[in-house]
Amino acid sequence: MEKFIFLFRGPGPREMDRNSEAAQAEMQKWFNWIDAMNKKGTYVAGDPLQPVGKQVNGKKKAVTDGPFVEAKEMVGGYIIVNAKDINDAVEISKDCPIFDNDGKVEVRPIQKM
Amino acid sequence: MSNTAHTDINQTIDHLFRHEAGKMVAVLTRLFGFPNIEQAEDIVQDTILRALESWRFGKIPENPRAWLYVTAKNKVIDIIRRQQVKHKIENEISFLLKSEYTLVPTVNEMFKEDEIKDSQLRMMFACCHPKFSTEAQITLILNTLCGLSVHEIADAFLSNEETIQKRLYRTREKLRKEKIPLDYPGSRAMPKRIDTVLKTLYLLFNEGYHSSHPEKLIREDLCEEAMRLTLLLTENRRTNQPQSFALLSLMCYQASRFDARIDENGSIVLLKEQDRNRWNHYLIQKGNEYLEFSASGDTMHEFHIEAAIASVHANAGTYEATDWKRILRLYDLLLSINFNPVVALNRCLVLGETDGYDVAIRELRKISELKDNCHYNVSLAEMYFKSGNKNFAKEFFSIALTQTKSRAEKKLLQEKILHCN
Repeated sequence: MEKFIFLFRGPGPREMDRNSEAAQAEMQKWFNWIDAMNKKGTYVAGDPLQPVGKQVNGKKKAVTDGPFVEAKEMVGGYIIVNAKDINDAVEISKDCPIFDNDGKVEVRPIQKM
Repeated sequence: MSNTAHTDINQTIDHLFRHEAGKMVAVLTRLFGFPNIEQAEDIVQDTILRALESWRFGKIPENPRAWLYVTAKNKVIDIIRRQQVKHKIENEISFLLKSEYTLVPTVNEMFKEDEIKDSQLRMMFACCHPKFSTEAQITLILNTLCGLSVHEIADAFLSNEETIQKRLYRTREKLRKEKIPLDYPGSRAMPKRIDTVLKTLYLLFNEGYHSSHPEKLIREDLCEEAMRLTLLLTENRRTNQPQSFALLSLMCYQASRFDARIDENGSIVLLKEQDRNRWNHYLIQKGNEYLEFSASGDTMHEFHIEAAIASVHANAGTYEATDWKRILRLYDLLLSINFNPVVALNRCLVLGETDGYDVAIRELRKISELKDNCHYNVSLAEMYFKSGNKNFAKEFFSIALTQTKSRAEKKLLQEKILHCN
């Protein structure tokens, strides 16, 4: 088993429907997905990222706001999973509810040391 | 925060947002005052979205409810400090919110379990204000106190979102214009006001219980909400009147039959054919307890009698063992307090068991007000069927068939008609 990180980009809850019923339904979808991964032992960890941040640039270490252009281009959070290989990890990611809102998942193998 | 994703996630958050939204709106509206109810709702909405943003990657806080409250509280305090409350706060606690010394403790206090319940009860009285139509009362309760969305309410009442939206808007306008207080009625007005609240909750329950809605879950939700709110009334010393217990008891008995009423194909199972092992005995037990609690004071309320009738049914081991004579006496009592054709109809069905079907048919024929009522025609047909007159039975089953929209009822009636041949 190898570890992979999923980086999520896409419209966050605020860019979508604004009522609690929709929020509850959306959350249910995520929980169902994570629950299923948990039962198979694939889910390792996950965290949301706050929608703010700074970027420190180059030799001068210049600090800028951003680099975020649009909310939907921002990484909103990550999840680490166990998978056999990258194809397996990609298959796991395909059940993510973010695709219902036309979001993106970047699947990256974590380098073994 | 826990490190692993919960395995019982579904239980943890099932209806969490809906239930907590209702509670938080009540609390925040109490803090901000009625004119600011929309702002209160916005804060609650924002809190829920923040929860969704934070929890969706697999981390649910140990106590999700506490998390929501802390988030909402911080927002409230922030808004009051920055004086961003839209309409001036004018209520009995507004002076406590003005001083930095008392602001945080006051807000904290309002989020304590007892104060939350208190706010919900005040909201309940406001929603059931006699100036509103029953329809408006129910819609307002479902939206404000139960956290049901306009979409869900429209769905539950087989109506459309626009109608519900308009009704809510008009009710809220009235709420503001008439300056309806978010408070308990005084002790003199209490008995009358509590009766209005109970009646509305009873209708809400019935809407769920007898609803023609094809989907079972929505109906159960309405019943559950009605029971939750009635329970709240029985827990507060100002509102735990005998009739509140009687209504709760009645609801428990009715709800105990929820699973047994519908078979796996979605067809209705009548009381006589119900598998009594499938009745929820915990709820029957609760019904018995609440009925005992309700037996105080010197007023006999209709809910007392209705609960007593339900109790006889619920506690009978078999249909045949039902004490029909006792039920008949209770119906007579109920009719003597308040004549109601539907009650008279139900009495006739009991009469069929005690005095024979021909007597029941004769009495039923007298209730001319209900000629266009589906249940009336079904009942009449049943009595004819039992007395052996299949031609008349078929005729009235066929009339009833044209009077219902419910798929389950239609199916049942079509089967009945086949049996008449």
